[in-house]
Amino acid sequence: MAAVLSRQPLDKATVSIPLGRIYIIPERCKGCRFCIDFCPRDVLVETTEMNAKGYHYPIVAEGKEDECIACQFCSILCPEFAIYTEEIVEEETAK
Amino acid sequence: MPEIVVESHPIDTVFRTDRLPHIFCPGCGIGPATHAYAQAILESGIPKDQHACVSGIGCTARVPGYMDVDSYHTTHGRSIPFALAIALVKPEMEVTVFSGDGDLFGIGGNHFIHAARRNVDINIICINNFNYGMTGGQAGPTLPLGARATTAPYGNTEPPFNLPYLAAATGAVFVARWTALHVRQLKEAMLRAMQKKGFTFIEVLSPCPVGFGSPNDIGDAIEEVWLYRERCVVNHDAYLPDLEIDLRRKDVPFVMGNFLDIEKEPFDPLAMMKNKGE
Repeated sequence: MAAVLSRQPLDKATVSIPLGRIYIIPERCKGCRFCIDFCPRDVLVETTEMNAKGYHYPIVAEGKEDECIACQFCSILCPEFAIYTEEIVEEETAK
Repeated sequence: MPEIVVESHPIDTVFRTDRLPHIFCPGCGIGPATHAYAQAILESGIPKDQHACVSGIGCTARVPGYMDVDSYHTTHGRSIPFALAIALVKPEMEVTVFSGDGDLFGIGGNHFIHAARRNVDINIICINNFNYGMTGGQAGPTLPLGARATTAPYGNTEPPFNLPYLAAATGAVFVARWTALHVRQLKEAMLRAMQKKGFTFIEVLSPCPVGFGSPNDIGDAIEEVWLYRERCVVNHDAYLPDLEIDLRRKDVPFVMGNFLDIEKEPFDPLAMMKNKGE
């Protein structure tokens, strides 16, 4: 992914890629895999565990912990309202 | 950042959470469409108690039962007459009919064309899954030519309805078609429909893994959604008679878009009678 660009966007120094946090409600999941297949950054994978109804719910893939950009596509696409993302807003003092 | 397990969703404020999880099959397209509708309710700026959701009978017709707005589950095909009455008696209400293609066009087709002709101020969201899903996948009026269903085991021989063309021809002021995968465009179309006065129509092509997918060799919902993703093109200025869906011809794309957005005076018989009396 680390392509070398000959030209850079003018506002590259001021714009930062947002970081998202993923929230999951495993008991609502019916294992349709929409969130896993259509995540633009391929953050999610199916877990090996099962919920009470026997479906494999999604979890964050190993090594992809900092890849979610909180685009909320999984949230609005999920037919069961079982997943959502929130952007982590870092405090100025923490930097 | 690993995932966090929680108990509730931010969108739950517009749902009756004691009814969730809903009855729809895994991967059913009604779920994303419902989410888009819920999001549109939150973003419309209209208070929740001024929304009404009306439906007939069918899988999609279960949706008002999950919405925490005024909702009405009516008889088969008669969702539009009930919605028409609400819209006339309470003009401040934002009335949305959320129903399936079999209910709106199979049983209630006449109600649809006459409500569109009168330009009643209601929004129609039609989830099109090409069959009567709840009763076991019988052929509906939208089943594409050649597609199989329980009652059409050798392939459908009847030409299907072209729903956007029908809505535009009978007098709708806003006509759109999206799939259950185009959730953001769908939400924007619903917001536009809520802002507009008059009869608005949104068709949502939805995967139906059990009723439509399995007799047509489509493995599961995700495969059907990938089919939509590969074959959909967005063309807002499409020629409406060309919008028919044909599964057999791979060269013909499924055309999506907000096809029609015009202004026309909505149906208001009470105001007309008052003006006559003066």
